Amino acid sequence: MTDTNARGAGSEASHPVVHAEPEAIQAIKLRHPWRNIFAVVLVLIAALFLYDTAFNRPVYNWAEVGKYLFDTRILTGAGYTLQLTVYSMIIAIVLGVTVAVMRLSPNPVVKAVAWVYLWLFRGTPVYVQLVFWGLVPTIYKSIDLGIPFTEAFVSFSTKDLLSYFTLAVIGLALNEAAYMAEIVRAGLLSVDKGQDEAAVALGLGWWHTMSHVILPQAMRVIIPPTGNEVISMLKTTSLVTAVPFTLDLYGRARDISAVTYQPVPMLIVASVWYLVVTSILMVGQYFLEKHFAKGVGARPDVQKPTLQTSAVGVVGPTGAAARGADGSGGAGGMP
Amino acid sequence: MTETRADIPMVKAEALSKSFGSNEVLKSISLEVKRGEVLCLVGPSGSGKSTFLRCINHLETINAGRLWVDGDLVGYRQHGDKIYEMHPKEAAKQRRDIGMVFQRFNLFPHKTALENVMLAPTLLKKGHRAALQTRAMELLARVGLEDRHDYYPAHLSGGQQQRVAIARALAMDPKLMLFDEPTSALDPELVGEVLDVMKGLAESGMTMIVVTHEMGFAREVADTLVFMDGGVVVEQGDPVEVLSNPQRERTKAFLSKVL
Repeated sequence: MTDTNARGAGSEASHPVVHAEPEAIQAIKLRHPWRNIFAVVLVLIAALFLYDTAFNRPVYNWAEVGKYLFDTRILTGAGYTLQLTVYSMIIAIVLGVTVAVMRLSPNPVVKAVAWVYLWLFRGTPVYVQLVFWGLVPTIYKSIDLGIPFTEAFVSFSTKDLLSYFTLAVIGLALNEAAYMAEIVRAGLLSVDKGQDEAAVALGLGWWHTMSHVILPQAMRVIIPPTGNEVISMLKTTSLVTAVPFTLDLYGRARDISAVTYQPVPMLIVASVWYLVVTSILMVGQYFLEKHFAKGVGARPDVQKPTLQTSAVGVVGPTGAAARGADGSGGAGGMP
Repeated sequence: MTETRADIPMVKAEALSKSFGSNEVLKSISLEVKRGEVLCLVGPSGSGKSTFLRCINHLETINAGRLWVDGDLVGYRQHGDKIYEMHPKEAAKQRRDIGMVFQRFNLFPHKTALENVMLAPTLLKKGHRAALQTRAMELLARVGLEDRHDYYPAHLSGGQQQRVAIARALAMDPKLMLFDEPTSALDPELVGEVLDVMKGLAESGMTMIVVTHEMGFAREVADTLVFMDGGVVVEQGDPVEVLSNPQRERTKAFLSKVL
């Protein structure tokens, strides 16, 4: 009874109000003087620094920077740095996935081995590890294949087998794999358990479930920190001098400055190339992230409210009636 | 042997028990589901309905008793009087004949509706991709979603997602379909479209076990209604009979709350 009353009253009441255009608010903008002052100060400091760098500091020697920026030695050095980064990251990712899967294994021995690996390689400085890898040919003079405690079938001299470049890659990769393992593990754990169940219920085996269902989804979580690791690796390669491998970008820059007695311009040259490569890697990361974000983007039109559903929440004749029915019937019927 | 196959029940449980630690979830369940039969499992939450369903495709391992699907032991192999654990590969093969639909759909979010349906056949079945795709489109048409084939799950409503999940479960041509509360996660207005698809499936002669709270569906579609509570089968029989004239006090109490 009250219901019908209210609805009748509500629709009557709504007619004059509903279609009136609401007036746009013409507010005076709130001022932020400190923001502006802070910005001006920052710009001033930056400008002063740039001016000073360009004209007052002969030690930067910009002419020298220009002269060596495209020097062949520098360019091949950048090439070696890039190779070190790419090779060691590829090995680190493969090894990292393996260690991550091992850590999630039901076999306690496998789990423990993975844990010890992580403990060892994350717990010691990468510089120390690289020095150690450099000593490997001295400690293990030959690599023998055969049955232990008997005469070896084949024997290789470690020095001939492993160049300093290879040792640098191994050192960087094994260290990085420990970090990658944790990143991959976090990614695998981030995938909903229902996904695994759905795949298993379809009759997929472990490998298919991993490669087609779990890993592609884990990638969304894995890629951003991995991009971080790649960029970090690019710069860590400057430590390979510990092996000693000296043909990388920083090693080459230092070699040149040892002859010219001008270290600062060569540091700038090296930095410019590190920045260039980092920028390229960042672009690559953007596209990778986009690829693995499939299916999680903004919802297209289907999910936007249709005419019918949107009408429910809109304050119109129906909305006003609903409100009238909610409150007291009298209030709705007032006018 | 082929003649007797048809006489073997699709699912047979004999004194099946399952516990999680010291918590006994299923206590000596004995049940039979014939070929083409639709069985609805109802009961309060925690009564073991879902666990029983998950035992049937070996997502859970049973602790005691025997469970056969189409005459084969689930998850085990019998030689003489010895029981051997099955290799995961064999278990996976066994699951291909059993489709399962989950309460939370569990569609693969990085794949479109069509890719969801096609994934298992592409990986596990031989045959041309084009043929598999045609078949997948047929299945999507069957659940009324062929025009949504290139949508990602996030872009589909709950009801549509569950229908894609049903199509995906059908893609391996299962002889048995399990539904684990397929409409419980849906908005009330979307329940009907999923139940309609399931009804169509039942009419086509599929053997189905459905854990549900939809008594209307149970009454209309099920051949048998099983009421479970506390890990045991309290009452079973013709759904109309059980729903309108329950024999046990426990069944009466439950039905008075949900009907």
